[in-house]
Amino acid sequence: MKWARLFATMVAAAAFAGAAQDVSNAAEVAPVDVQFTDDGVTVSLTGMAGNPEEGANVFKNRKLGNCLACHANKAMSKELFHGNVGPELDGVADRYSVPELRAIVTDSKKGLNPDTVMPGFYSLNVGVHVAEQFQGKTILSAQQVEDVVAYLATLKE
Amino acid sequence: MKKTVVISALAAALTCAGAVGPAGADPVDEQLTIDGEAMITRAKAPEGHPFDEVLSGWLFRTVETRALETDSFTNPGMLEVETGEALWNKVEGTAGKSCASCHGDAAESMKGVAAHYPKWDPETKRPINIELQINKCREKNMGAEPYAFDKGGQKPLTAYIKHQSLGMPVSLDLSEGDMQSWWDKGKERYYLRTGQLNLSCASCHEVSMGKMIRADHLSQGQINGFPTYRLKQGHLISVHNRFRGCIRDTRASYPKAFSDELMALEVYVTWRGTGLSVETPAVRQ
Ligand code: HEC
Ligand code: HEC
Repeated sequence: MKWARLFATMVAAAAFAGAAQDVSNAAEVAPVDVQFTDDGVTVSLTGMAGNPEEGANVFKNRKLGNCLACHANKAMSKELFHGNVGPELDGVADRYSVPELRAIVTDSKKGLNPDTVMPGFYSLNVGVHVAEQFQGKTILSAQQVEDVVAYLATLKE
Repeated sequence: MKKTVVISALAAALTCAGAVGPAGADPVDEQLTIDGEAMITRAKAPEGHPFDEVLSGWLFRTVETRALETDSFTNPGMLEVETGEALWNKVEGTAGKSCASCHGDAAESMKGVAAHYPKWDPETKRPINIELQINKCREKNMGAEPYAFDKGGQKPLTAYIKHQSLGMPVSLDLSEGDMQSWWDKGKERYYLRTGQLNLSCASCHEVSMGKMIRADHLSQGQINGFPTYRLKQGHLISVHNRFRGCIRDTRASYPKAFSDELMALEVYVTWRGTGLSVETPAVRQ
């Protein structure tokens, strides 16, 4: 069990080693160890603050968060094609606290609603038959989640 | 011919480019006619269906894409249907026969046939679709090699045969053989969440139907227009290719074409479109 976890974390870390600046962060919380409380996820997944500019990139990049596939966001009106599968995210930081936003992005099934179509971005609670190159990996790294959360926190009206 | 297609595709791209933000959330309220014949693009759903009304994918496409389907001369898929007609009449294999040798004029012998496929095949004891029926005839009656998936003449010949049912409503006989249990398996597969993104067919085509996912307007994922002509690829797309593409987009591994899983899904998804006109070859962006 422990090994499986460790292995999953190692695989996930290896996958993002190229992208993130500092993945060998001792304080990083493994996906299965994230604590969901009534207030959301109160501890940073990396022990560090996120970078909102990086987060904006993760948010719009189709290969990373691709959040715009499902969410419109007026702050990004220059980007083509905003989806509406989920609610608009204008002013989302007025509706949710940072720990709540972290819970939603980490695992929306726990942070929002167990049946939501929104993927869990830092969760190994995934569907069946995951393609080989994605097995044991999360969609985003812990740091990328922190970056997106930091960006969402700027969306106030 | 080619030029019109390119221009229309460009026009379609431009219309989309204007649509920043959630736009075009609803299917259009319009009547599709093909060469003046009215098509059924909205039908009352059969009992036990999650929707009240089943809707053709045509209602979800842009003005320009919709227009291409209304006329055989502007529908670029019709060129491949013509290729299919040539294959229908082409002698192949050791028996020295063509499809026409046994079935004569497809306009008569194939009219309405594809509206009721997949059917139960008592010999193989599984459902059979048009592609597999073609292969069966090639092997058994023509002494020819079966087509590999999406290869040779499989797509054009399938499109030609389905086109003979243009306008006729889709209806399956689930009382034949074990069709019902394949329907059950297909339904299970439809609601199965797959891949790293953890999505089922229903996540996109039922729960999010009518919504925009980036630039794509989510339809009910109906298959009454298959093989469809996709402007982006510039050729026909088969049902099993589309299924596999959608499954791959959930970041899951996908089943083989004509596998039990995808045949079950084809039976179930065809039923979900009960009452819609066959539109082969439908045009998509
Ligand atoms: C496949 C679609 C999809 C994707 C991709 C997606 N979401 Fe969501 N999201 C939803 C849906 C649907 C909801 C509504 C909640 C529900 O289903 O109950 C939602 C809700 C939310 C909410 C709560 C909004 C509110 O006002 O209640 C936030 C915050 C959010 N998403 C952020 C994100 C971020 C950040 C990303 C990318 C890293 C993302 N989403 C990617 C579908 C998606
Ligand atoms: C991540 C979202 C998503 C999932 C999950 C998904 N699809 Fe799709 N599908 C799309 C999009 C986007 C299109 C193109 C727009 C449209 O027609 O809805 C599409 C198109 C289709 C079409 C073509 C419809 C037409 O009129 O041309 C079929 C058929 C289809 N999907 C079936 C399925 C099946 C079966 C599954 C599950 C095995 C599935 N889809 C899962 C997003 C999805």
